[in-house]
Amino acid sequence: MASYVVNTKKQQQQMLKELNMETLDDLYIDVPKSVVLKSLDIPEGKSELEVYNEMSETAAKNTVFKHIFRGAGAYNHYIPSIVNAVVNKEEFLTSYTPYQPEIAQGILQSIFEYQTQMCELTGLDVSNASVYDGAVAAAEASLMIQERKRSDIIVAGTVNPQVLAVIKTYCESRDVNLTILKTDDYSVDLKDLKSKLHDNIAGVVVQSPNYYGIIEDVKVISELTHSHGGKVIMHTNPIALALLKNGKELDVDICTAEGQPLGMPLSFGGPYLGIMTCKKELMRRLPGRIVGQTVDTNNKRCFVLTLQAREQHIRREKASSNICSNQALCAMRASVYCAALGPDGLKQVAVNSASNAHYLAKQLATIDGFKLKTKKEFFNEFLMSCPTDSHKLTDLLAKRGILAGLPVENNILWCATEMNSKKEIDKLVETIKEVL
Amino acid sequence: MFNYPKKLKYTETHEWVKKENDIYIIGISDYAQDALGDIVFVNLPEVDDEVFVQESFGDVESVKAVSDLFSPVTGVVCEVNEDLLDNPALLNDDCYANWLIKVEDVSETDEFLDADSYREFCESQG
Amino acid sequence: MKLLFEISSKDRKLDLIPPCDTEIYSFDDKLIRKEKLRLPEVSEVDLSRHYTNLAKEAHGVNNGFYPLGSCTMKYNPSINEVVASDKNFTSIHPLQPVETVQGCLEVLYEAKKLLCEITGMDDMSFQPAAGAHGEYAGLILIKKYHQDRNDYKRVNIIVPDSAHGTNPASATMVGFKVVNIPSNENGGVDIEKLKAAVGEDTAGLMLTNPNTLGLFDSNILEITRIVHDAGGLCYYDGANLNAIMGRVRPGDMGFDCVHLNLHKTFSTPHGGGGPGSGPVGCKDILKDFLPTLEVAKNENGFHFYQPAKTMGQVRSFYGNFLVVVKALTYIKSLGKEGIAEASGNAVLNANYLMNKLKTHYDVAYDLICMHEFVLSLGKMKREYGVSAMDIAKGCLDYGIHPPTMYFPLIVSEALMLEPTETESKETLDQAADIFIKLYETAISNPEKLHNAPSKCYITRPDEVQAARKPILTYQFKND
Repeated sequence: MASYVVNTKKQQQQMLKELNMETLDDLYIDVPKSVVLKSLDIPEGKSELEVYNEMSETAAKNTVFKHIFRGAGAYNHYIPSIVNAVVNKEEFLTSYTPYQPEIAQGILQSIFEYQTQMCELTGLDVSNASVYDGAVAAAEASLMIQERKRSDIIVAGTVNPQVLAVIKTYCESRDVNLTILKTDDYSVDLKDLKSKLHDNIAGVVVQSPNYYGIIEDVKVISELTHSHGGKVIMHTNPIALALLKNGKELDVDICTAEGQPLGMPLSFGGPYLGIMTCKKELMRRLPGRIVGQTVDTNNKRCFVLTLQAREQHIRREKASSNICSNQALCAMRASVYCAALGPDGLKQVAVNSASNAHYLAKQLATIDGFKLKTKKEFFNEFLMSCPTDSHKLTDLLAKRGILAGLPVENNILWCATEMNSKKEIDKLVETIKEVL
Repeated sequence: MFNYPKKLKYTETHEWVKKENDIYIIGISDYAQDALGDIVFVNLPEVDDEVFVQESFGDVESVKAVSDLFSPVTGVVCEVNEDLLDNPALLNDDCYANWLIKVEDVSETDEFLDADSYREFCESQG
Repeated sequence: MKLLFEISSKDRKLDLIPPCDTEIYSFDDKLIRKEKLRLPEVSEVDLSRHYTNLAKEAHGVNNGFYPLGSCTMKYNPSINEVVASDKNFTSIHPLQPVETVQGCLEVLYEAKKLLCEITGMDDMSFQPAAGAHGEYAGLILIKKYHQDRNDYKRVNIIVPDSAHGTNPASATMVGFKVVNIPSNENGGVDIEKLKAAVGEDTAGLMLTNPNTLGLFDSNILEITRIVHDAGGLCYYDGANLNAIMGRVRPGDMGFDCVHLNLHKTFSTPHGGGGPGSGPVGCKDILKDFLPTLEVAKNENGFHFYQPAKTMGQVRSFYGNFLVVVKALTYIKSLGKEGIAEASGNAVLNANYLMNKLKTHYDVAYDLICMHEFVLSLGKMKREYGVSAMDIAKGCLDYGIHPPTMYFPLIVSEALMLEPTETESKETLDQAADIFIKLYETAISNPEKLHNAPSKCYITRPDEVQAARKPILTYQFKND
């Protein structure tokens, strides 16, 4: 049995004696006898080697795909070696929320740098220290714009279903009226938006590039929404922001994003990173931890958790969110990732991903029955028809070591990143022709 | 040790009130600003918002506390002290010169304490 | 320390991505970003040294004693990290075909079985990403349960005044009204006040046991019975499970649902604030409402299913999966005896340290404590002008992470200490000496403590300025 208890049995006895007790059980006199547990019904403890072997065996039951053409909310990007080197430092790994700024400047400064980078990417003024994931970011954003006379939320039907599901839960739990927009040719139906906007609207959530990879006309959505006094929440892919118009240029009020593409492995869905930035006017409504710059008593620059009066530990039942942690280590991954790539490198990731995706679309279209579902501009994902049962085709490809696009009804949602070379794409197309 | 101007009325939730013509001017007391410490932000309603007796109309934040502001009257906000939004420290500097809101169309008022009763009340709070 | 943006130098870069070998796609100019992207431009060595410098100004469990009450800062075994960095876990896309993710599903299934046994629950979801997130999901379970019975009048959640701030905040997020009840003279739930508070409008009670004072409420069976008799459900805040795991189970105490903090109790690290994992567990009566998707097993292996009346999702996919991997690794290592040994020693260490400090400090409740205890420095503040904050800051100069300050709110000048089971008697003895030295300094030289710390990278920061004039991003020089 592995044990991380440090005191020897002898020491334990010595300590108990000082407390006038005989056994550890004596410490639990307040527990009603009828519920004292005799023993847990779980296996006995094991040595490190045994546990390592067991866990490795479990892990080996998964299939690791060498060729990944699937995105839909989780993206296979290259992770620079420096990213893992940094986040594995035990000072970062084993510390807690930086409550004591005098011995947590390292963590606080790294979050401040992260906040700055996220504001640069999204073009908005203020970032929090991150939330649980992109979907929660979008849901929290829907709640942070609630006003007494403005409560209704409208969500584009082209938002990733995972994100939509979380927004639904959050709105329902707070009794917020939620309307989902119709979709027109795989993007927001602007006519439907116009008809549903009214002067009691809190805001509109739109995703761009959307679930189908399409770049939405966010500028127009912003204009329409603002004309009714509502706020615009743009959910996005942070990689795309290096190349495509950012939140400021599209005049949105809040940007949320799934930060996973910025240096987080796929990891079967988590840990990921919820990016959340907003315009200055909304600063005090932003949930989550926020780091600010100040000075110490010697006038030396330093960083602290700030604007804490928004938060649950002070406001309790009056707080607008219960969130009290961030994904610090994931935020650090994103920060190191962005710094390692730099402005040119991040743009290159975006360009390569988009270019590879467009090449993939072009090559797939050479196969009978593969046709883009819309002619609209896409970033690095696109929906294509499939001449046979889409699940059947993707299963066949899986057997050949290829994780194909995601079956969506009888179409397939394909994705490419900088990881998919021309050779790999050509091979994919060849393989599809073989298995069809 | 605290300042309790005679010409003002007070509430047990530490707001002060002054009536000028038909308008009620509302602020927080010296006792309140001292208890809060360094005030870092003030949340105030907007002009034309309704406020109600003994109901919260905003809050005052210090670094590690937040305190509700309770309205001593029922009425409609006709003016808001916008200076406080940019410089909340004014409340610590002079809480009587720096009012929070002015209310008109007042239909109901709380029971007010005069300066002496309010002083006694504060001293009994320890 | 310079910021990343201050060490940036134009055109410095790492060579990470090969040139694109497909035709470069050009987007319509009207879609293209025009704003400059001011990310740092650095070399790899710049980056490496930058973060090495930042790491020097961070304090983790691996740096020294970390008795931060309510946070269970226990040692994080290295094996956890090794297992969770296995490519066979990290390279798995969350939307892969189910036959290709049997290992991941086995992790979720096994962890669920073990944690259900430890908590006395019947089912569990790993979707919540942190403790507060688990509270949120747990309260939705309670809301859905009542609504499903067409019982819409149950809108109140009862929360003791000693509760974590997240409890009332979570209840509000779920649309409940919070009813606060005061603690009794022993720091426990005031039974009479509870009886007076419950009724037809009671949706449930949220409770931490041991509570935030570190005390086990011996009336627990009566408390949960009172709530059940009134038609409400009982929610267990698992923040303090480290005191009792393997010894008594929330399910046996009468709780209907729980959340756990895997990053605390089950030793997956805190990572400077996250990622954590806050699974929500429940009894059979609530399992149909759990978040979707859930994992089950049959003769063909593991598969996903949607609970019959699911609340939907509280996060994307299946939660912070790698954190669950680490927790499972830990539970397998400790096993049935190891778990009880860990909790027993966590409680022993807390009582041992409390007993040593009692000679000088006032303990808020002088009773046998569980895994943590609370000192009250109210008297010290009145007599010597030295506050809980001053003593906490004094700890910093001795390389100890300070205890939790000013919590719970019902104790004046509170310091809350939780040593955990992974500290030795020697460390505790040393810490006790330091706390007693700080006590003596409070009397002999209070000024020194007002000015503490003096040996850290910075002295006390001006938090008022930070909040009054927020600077939340680096202010770029106009270039």
